Amino acid sequence: MVSFLLKRLLQSVVVMFTVALIAFAMFQFVGDPINNMVGQDTTQEEREQLRENLGLNDPFIVQFGRFALNAAQGDFGISYKYKTPVSDLIFERMPATLELAFVSAILALVLGIPLGVYTALKRNGIISKFIMTTSLVGVSLPTFLTGILLILLFGVVLRWLPTFGRGDVIEIGTWTTGFLTASGLKSLILPSFTLALFQLTLIMRLVRAEMLEVLRTDFVKFARARGLPDRSVHFKHALKNTLVPVITITGLQLGSLIAFAIITESVFQWPGMGLLFIQAVADVDIPIMAAYLVLIAFFFVLINMIVDILYYAVDPRLRSSDG
Amino acid sequence: MKLRHGLMAAAAAATLAVSPLAQAETFKFAFQGNLSSLDPHSLNETFLLGSLNNVYEGLVIYDENLAASPGLAESWETVEPTKWKFNLRKGVKFHDGSDFTAEDVVFSWQRALAEGSDQIARASKIKGIEIVDDHTIIVETPAPNPILTSDLVYIFIMDKTWSEKNKTVTATSASDANSANYANLNANGTGPFIVKEHKPDVKTVYERNGNYWGNMKSNVTRVEFTPIKEAATRVAALISGELDLVYPVPVQDWKRLEEAQGVKPLAGPEARTIFLGMDQGRDELLHSNIKGKNPFKDVRVRQAFAHALNLDAIKKKVMRNAATPSGLMVAPQINGWSKELNTPYAYDPAKSKELLAAAGYADGFEVTMDCPNNRYVNDEKICQAVVSMLAKVGVKVDLLAQPKSKYFGKVLATGGYDTSFYLLGWTPGTMDTENVLSSLLMCQNKETKKGMFNLGNYCNPKVDELSAKIGSETDQAKRNAMIAEVFKTVQEEVGYLPIHQQPLSWGASDRVSVVQRPDNSLDFRYVVVNK
Repeated sequence: MVSFLLKRLLQSVVVMFTVALIAFAMFQFVGDPINNMVGQDTTQEEREQLRENLGLNDPFIVQFGRFALNAAQGDFGISYKYKTPVSDLIFERMPATLELAFVSAILALVLGIPLGVYTALKRNGIISKFIMTTSLVGVSLPTFLTGILLILLFGVVLRWLPTFGRGDVIEIGTWTTGFLTASGLKSLILPSFTLALFQLTLIMRLVRAEMLEVLRTDFVKFARARGLPDRSVHFKHALKNTLVPVITITGLQLGSLIAFAIITESVFQWPGMGLLFIQAVADVDIPIMAAYLVLIAFFFVLINMIVDILYYAVDPRLRSSDG
Repeated sequence: MKLRHGLMAAAAAATLAVSPLAQAETFKFAFQGNLSSLDPHSLNETFLLGSLNNVYEGLVIYDENLAASPGLAESWETVEPTKWKFNLRKGVKFHDGSDFTAEDVVFSWQRALAEGSDQIARASKIKGIEIVDDHTIIVETPAPNPILTSDLVYIFIMDKTWSEKNKTVTATSASDANSANYANLNANGTGPFIVKEHKPDVKTVYERNGNYWGNMKSNVTRVEFTPIKEAATRVAALISGELDLVYPVPVQDWKRLEEAQGVKPLAGPEARTIFLGMDQGRDELLHSNIKGKNPFKDVRVRQAFAHALNLDAIKKKVMRNAATPSGLMVAPQINGWSKELNTPYAYDPAKSKELLAAAGYADGFEVTMDCPNNRYVNDEKICQAVVSMLAKVGVKVDLLAQPKSKYFGKVLATGGYDTSFYLLGWTPGTMDTENVLSSLLMCQNKETKKGMFNLGNYCNPKVDELSAKIGSETDQAKRNAMIAEVFKTVQEEVGYLPIHQQPLSWGASDRVSVVQRPDNSLDFRYVVVNK
């Protein structure tokens, strides 16, 4: 167990280091941050001085070493643009993204599982076929377009929901939340649905496939033979067995919800980490970009590691190969 | 609609509670970019200066027509050609309640002049300031400067005691040295609006300054600004009634705004000129198949380029008739513009071919063109049009369109002016031709800081000499005659290829009326919410 954990931990460190290196190296080619920081009247000497102050004239390896060492201590430097520590900026934006991702995950589960069960049970029903087709359409549209279409329908034509922003938020300590105000909750609906759409379809199809599989198994047949009512067979026996892979996938998808919030956030001007990242790209604010990528990689590594450990705990075959 | 009613009801309720006279009106707007700092000396950028001008003020302020009018200075006179006497306004208070005095002017000028400030160029137009009394100062300039008042518009005045108390006596520079600069996130000006809340990149809330010294047309009590990067979201939020004003609006969305209820597009010419430049300085072009010589040094080649460009086609096809083709490097709003000289070069591809043949390029040649793709309205599309027009006369252009940060990094001084042929846009912040002369038309000179944005190093000693004189000539008629002479010379020599004046494109709700200034700034003093 200990050696497995250590191996896993070591792998994670290597992954993190590689991500940091790639992220940092990539940014060397994004453009010159100086031009975004200064106005048109800034002289050549001032620009040079600025390069020197920011350490942009140092060799690559020195710059990266400085970056990695600080990053390991949670210090991602000062944003070129905002002149405030990057970790503060990211922490300030984190609640917005996490709330959005959380609501999206719930939406995907709450809608995805029943729809999956329904389409599995009524495989040939008209409604099932309709759901399957629309889900395909929904998932093939790019998130960007889905978002804009939702904005047009619910924001512009019907005027039911706000088209952008987070609404009013309430501060609880350092955390800001939109859960406690009416406008905050209303603002959550469109972006969270947009973000959830892909996962929703994925979960629905997964549940449907697993369910169909389980329904064909012997123990369901035996259950039926024992004369148990359909409801009990479907929900007690079949669904329970379906949920194991669903939970795994959901766990893994949580990471991508956070990561892929970028597009949704920028369509809805949602003030989260993704929007911060997109704006940082436009401004070539390297410290923010680097911190964001490293952080997202960290989320993925962390979630993967937890999932691996859970597998290890659950699946005896992994343990035996260990010895 | 519902939302709007809710707002009005809330606003009405708030008014009843506070005072039965003043009607509380909230104005909400969005811009594509963000307000990157609250420090008035941090960045010389139009949006930042325009926004902060509602909070901070200079001795002189622009009115709705961009004419310099009395601001924190009540009146001024030139005592000597290089000495100006300014009578400062009395009884003006900063937002924190302290008095505005001559000391604050000296302090702010020094702050704008010091390292870290992006307003050094403006501040260095002043040599010294002498305090006569609390409300009178004598400003000395290094040379006679007829447009000093325009330069003073964007040297915003800060409170000396407030700055000292909050340890923000140096400007928020782009360097990380002043990372915790107070003025970057807090403001204390004398302007008509007070910053109530500022979350960078998310939201900025302004409230009306009840003690403002001036009269305002505006009846707005609260302004909310949100940066919205996505054009589609911006336009949708306007049509849905959540916002009162958004800008810029993509030109292709105008029709939508015309058809939608309760909103309208607001278009007008911006004081920005878009133009093409050619490398005339190097003996061999950096990016071309012609070796050993520089075709752009030959005036016939430059003329051939000028006659190959169909500006009307660019106006119609690329800009949907929203741009104004231009023959000059300045727009009509800029002092020094002249109607007679504004005729663009005639479109004449046959003549173009003849000129190329005469210059020895009967088969044309190849050159790389640098172009930004996210800086100006339809910038990349303009470049594509130029490429196909030049192809018709035999010049093969290899287009390199890049995001502005990459583009500017390559073509500006920091990239060693690494370009042979490029597209650029320019609005002189002083609204005077002098700024264009010293930045774009004078020879590159590192010591005098002239021609720093003359990327192709167009250089003519006569233009240099005249430009220097124009900088200190106070006789307006003489000055304009010299400006005309410079422009004539540049046109004859085809120093640049002006294309058009870019359009301003805003979208507004019928609920409000605003003044659209040609520098693309929003002045809250002229925002009126209709009842």
